[in-house]
Parts: sequence; structure tokens; C-alpha cells
Amino acid sequence: MRFYLDHAASSPLRPEAREAWVAASEVVGNASSTHGAGQDARRLLEESREQIAQMLGCDPIEVVLTSGGTEAINTALRGLWMSRDADADAIVLPDAEHHATMDTVAALHTGGAAVRAVPVDAASRIDLAAFTAALPGAAVATALVANNETGTINDADALARAASAAGVPLHLDAVAACGHVPLSFRMLRGDAPAATGLVALSIAGHKIGAPVGTGALVVARSARMAPLLHGGAQQRGLRAGTQDVPGAAALAAALTASEAEREDEAVRLSALRDRLIDGIRQVVPQAELLGDPVRRLPGNAHLLFPGAVGESLLFLLDMAGIAASTGSACQAGVAEPSHVVMAMGRSEQDARSALRFTLGRTSTDADVDAVLAAIADAYARASR
Amino acid sequence: MRVLAAMSGGVDSAVAAARAVEAGHDVVGVHLALSRAGGTLRTGSRGCCTIEDALDARRTADLLGIPFYVWDFSERFRDDVIDDFISEYKAGRTPNPCLRCNEKIKFAALLERAIELGFDAVCTGHYATLVDGADGLELHRASDAAKDQSYVLGVLNAEQIAHTYFPLGSTPSKAIVRAEAAERGISVAQKPDSHDICFIPDGDTRGWLAEKVGAEQGEIVDRNGAVVGEHDGAHAFTVGQRRGLRLGVPAADGKPRFVLEVRPVTNTVVVGPKEALAIAEISGERHSWAGAAPAASDFACEVQIRAHADPVPAHAYLSDDGVRVVPEEPLNGVAPGQSAVIYVGTRVLGQFTIDRTVSAVPVDA
Repeated sequence: MRFYLDHAASSPLRPEAREAWVAASEVVGNASSTHGAGQDARRLLEESREQIAQMLGCDPIEVVLTSGGTEAINTALRGLWMSRDADADAIVLPDAEHHATMDTVAALHTGGAAVRAVPVDAASRIDLAAFTAALPGAAVATALVANNETGTINDADALARAASAAGVPLHLDAVAACGHVPLSFRMLRGDAPAATGLVALSIAGHKIGAPVGTGALVVARSARMAPLLHGGAQQRGLRAGTQDVPGAAALAAALTASEAEREDEAVRLSALRDRLIDGIRQVVPQAELLGDPVRRLPGNAHLLFPGAVGESLLFLLDMAGIAASTGSACQAGVAEPSHVVMAMGRSEQDARSALRFTLGRTSTDADVDAVLAAIADAYARASR
Repeated sequence: MRVLAAMSGGVDSAVAAARAVEAGHDVVGVHLALSRAGGTLRTGSRGCCTIEDALDARRTADLLGIPFYVWDFSERFRDDVIDDFISEYKAGRTPNPCLRCNEKIKFAALLERAIELGFDAVCTGHYATLVDGADGLELHRASDAAKDQSYVLGVLNAEQIAHTYFPLGSTPSKAIVRAEAAERGISVAQKPDSHDICFIPDGDTRGWLAEKVGAEQGEIVDRNGAVVGEHDGAHAFTVGQRRGLRLGVPAADGKPRFVLEVRPVTNTVVVGPKEALAIAEISGERHSWAGAAPAASDFACEVQIRAHADPVPAHAYLSDDGVRVVPEEPLNGVAPGQSAVIYVGTRVLGQFTIDRTVSAVPVDA
């Protein structure tokens, strides 16, 4: 038996998404072609874009389809940076962002961008006061809607208002949050002045049951953003390249399906997750829940197992058929000590002893039972 | 038994893992990440910690149908192997990092973790054999003398030997291992052998050491203490070295001179005639036995002082101070810090780290 508790890494493909993809794959033609076949493809593409826009609370023209979260984040941060005001030289970067953001900003820093780091609290929530204080005069600000490792949900509304008040363009990384918390680009953007406040928001398809290789960047009409890719005028000139019609259809289907069940799933998954957390702490009293106990993604259980070697825990759980994760980035298959856990004020040892279990659409009581049956022995053997 | 196969991405560990699977063991593959700053692609035959090497190991595990993991031992490796290498050189000694890696990482940190996780043995692609002797498992030389790696395994103790598995030890030649890899469809069948020191990617040990140890000008003296030249950093010299001395004062007899000794405290390099390199006796405190400690306090043996040196007949004397070995013929190119592995026939008895050497030629000779 296999038990999949790593939905945050990639969630199984939804049947609706697969069907939409297969149906769209029958359509012949390049959506940019002017002939009838091209027009058929274009029609399906734009219908999908409208559906995606409706789910994300934005205008269809604001949806730029990408190959996933990483491309969306790169496009937003690099594009906003390249179009910055002449006197703005800094990027506002919270300490616990995803590597797609951290590494993009690091590359921009190498190219001359100043970085204004913003601390997070012990639950990995972005310090709003510090974030606000870092904004004035910055070229770009970025923030996670929900932390991909700990599941802690930030106050995206307040972050967006702060950026709007400071007149700084803000990108929100909603990759982990999408499908789990209500998201409306329009409401988050509010009445921000042109080209500042919330101007961009990233999502990835495979976190919500669309195929890997799909994703979107919402770009406000008024945003000033230079393109990353050149070679065609597709998607407002922001993302050159032949558009992926089946991918768009599948993303639209997955977003629609996940939004339809979001509230019920939040209740179901929160209950499963709490049983998992409580159960683990009963058999491993040393285990400590990381992140905000209440304002966290419904399917996320991120726990510290003091003194344990994360690699050994993952191995032993895998031998029991359980897929979990450290949640942090990998280099050649090696989990680095989590920069998120360290940003929360923990030691590097702690950062190597944290495990993330994430539940999703296909999760059941059997998954929780499997972990509860295996974790005590695994912890005992994985501890130094 | 449950076997944890250490897979470097090279052909030896790949075939070793394949044989372990074929022998019916329950095998899991693991690649040790020994450097956090490993490169992406393999260049030539150096290194073992690139992403490409990890991928090669993974693809072999896929072929064998076994689970595969990459474990991060970079911190332990840095502390126990790289830092040890640097501090040994700083102390004027010449360490063998492969031996240290076997002692501290593969058959210590990894083996301990393997046992914790329920494995019975760690399997590697080393060329050495295990023989069931009267007093338990014995470590012996490999069948292929040219590939024999028992020297770098000389640091293993009885407990470690009891939990190791060397499926390649009885293979008559490396060529057979490569042919077997090709036959099994292992992609790395023709991958070049690794050599040099894996954590010095460009192979420039002296340059690397100069950076880590720092290079400071000092004197080159003869055995009577007379200054005969200058150097740019004592660490760059190894006992037995002849080239690159650039001596200002010629030897009285006009013969070439060799490095006899490196004295890090005074940053001095001592040179002398080739004959003075001959070592009549070596001894050291830090030692280990690959099985039960010898019953006799002195006995006939063979001693080997480098991975590819010939063994020399000798006599060993044990005391509370450690081990002293007197070879029947003088040894050449002995430097403190090297390990001397003691053999009786093909069997590895144990080893000690050389602290002290006695020249076969008195100073005034």
C-alpha cells in the first residue's frame, strides 16, 4: 500500500483536468493562426482563460499563462524589476519565501538590486510592520500568500494595502495557497493606484490537480512589466511562445473543480490534519507543530521531530509506503536544511528535523492511520 | 540480509549493488552527497559528488529496481575528512583522505545510520575480500592485485568488518567488472576510474592547500641545518620530492637532493641525499586491528605504507605506546601522517598512523 501525503509537492491529476486536456488535444491548430482551425483553438484557449480569470477574480486579459509557478514568479519579479522607476533600487523580500523567489531575487541582487529583507515571526508569518517599513522607495515587493512549507497563511490583504499605500508594485506568490484559501485578485488589489499595490499574482497548476507544466501569472492591466521571453506578441507580449491550449483547458477545469469543493474540502482536510497532528503528538510527545496552529492551510501538518535526522525519517516512512517531505528545496536529491525553519528562529539541526505532511483531494483516514502506525518507531530509529 | 549499497555513480559500486541484488539480498541504494557545493557535470575522472554522478547512481538503481536515496553527509565529510586533511598538512603530516573517509564516513557515519535503520550491512565497490576465519571475519587483499584496495580499508575494526559486504573482492580483474556492467546494461560501464582527491576538483592539491593552509616563505636546510635555499610554503613539499626545490647552494657531492622532512612549526624543509630517504623504522600511537588484536607482542609481518606501494617484510613490536615496525629492507618515501597497514600474507591485521621515522642513514653518513 502506498500513502500519499505530499500534495503540496504535487497533487494527483484531477479527472476533470485530464478530460479537459484530452478533449482539447483533439483540436487541431495554433491559437495564433488566422484560419478556421486556428480560430477553433483560439476559442477554446480564450474560454479557458475566461474561466481561469473568473476563478482568480481578475479580467481575462490579465491572465498570462505560464509553464508553472517558477516561470510566473520569474516573469513577475524580473519583469517588474526591469520596468522599475529610475530612482528605485531595492526589492523587498521576506525571509521565508519559496526558492523560486529567493533565487530570482538573488540573481537580481548579483545584477545590482539591493535587497531589503523582512523577518518572519516564529510561526513564519511575515512581519507586517517590518514589511511596511521596508516598502518606501522600493522597486518591487514580493510575499507569499501562504507559506509552502509551514502552511502559515499571511495577511495578504494587509500586505497589498501596505504596498498600495507606499506606491510600490507587489507580487503575491499564491502557489501554495491557490485552491485552499479564497483568492480574488480584484479584491486584494482594491483601489490601488495604477502600476502599484498588488500588480501580479502567481499560481501553479499541478498543486491543484492540473498537469505539471501549467500555471498562470495574473498581471494587472496597469502594471509595468517587461517580458522575460521574446519572440511573439502572444499574451500582451508578456509571454512569447505558442500557447498551450490543452494546458489552459486543464488548468481551467482544475481551478473550477477545486474552487467548487474548496469550502467543504477545507473542513474535511482540517479535521483529517488535526487528527494527524494530535495522533502524532500522542505517540511522539516531543513532536512540535511548526507554523500557525490556526491560520494555516487546511491540509498542512508541518512538524519538528527534535533530534531526528530528516533523511532517515523520510526513508523509514517511505519503507512503510508513506510519501512525506521535508518541504525544502533539493539539490541532486539532497534536502537542504530548511531556510524557512531557520527564518523562524530555529537551529540548523531543527531545520533538518522537520517533516511536512500535506493532505489533499485524495487523502483519507487510511493515510493518517498509516502515519500514526509508523511514526513512533521511525522517530526512535531516526534519532541520533 | 538487508543491504545498504553505497553508490557513487561509478562502475564498481554499480556492479557491486547489482551483485548484491542478484545474490538475493534486500538492497537499497544510497548516494552520499559529500559536498554541498558539488558541481553539476562530471569533468574528466575527478570528483564523485556532482549532480551527474548522483544521477548515474540513480539510473543504476532504477535498472536494478531498488529504492534509491541521496543522503547528505557533507558536514561530517567536511569535519572528519577535509578539515582533518588540512590540519594534518598544517602539522607537516601527509594524510590519506580516502582512508579517513572509509574510517569516518562510509564505515562509521553511514554504517551506524544503516544499522539504526535496520540494515545488516553496507555494500561498497571496494576491491577486498572477507574470509571466515577461526576468530571471525578476516579482511584480505582482493584477488586482483592491481586493483586491491585493502590498504584504504585497513582502518576497519572487527565490528565494522562484520557489517560490510564487498561483492567485487574476488573478481580477477577490473576489466571483468566493466564487461559485466556493459552486459547488465549499466550506463556507466565505460566511465573512467576516479583518481586523485575528490574534494580538490581541479586536481591541484598544492594550489588548494596553499589557499587553505596559507603559503609563507621559509628556509630549506640540509641535515646539518645549513640554509641551502628558500621555499614559498612548506606544505607544498612531500617527503621524497626532488623537483621544484630550486636550491641556491649545490650539494658537496654534486648529487641531487630530496625532501627528507617538513617541519611546519618552523616552516622549514629539510633536504638531503637520496640514501637518507631510507627509513629503518616507523612507529605510531594511533592504531586499530581488523579483528582481534594480535596475541603476540612481536611478530613477523609485511608492512605497506601507501595505497600502491609494495608490501615489505618486517617485524612488528606492540607496546602500550602503540606499534613499532622494523622493515627487513629500508622503506622509501615515508612521511608522518601516512598509515602503515600491517599484513600477514593476504590478511590485513591492522594499521597505525606513522608518527615517527628513523632514518637508515646517520646524519654524517
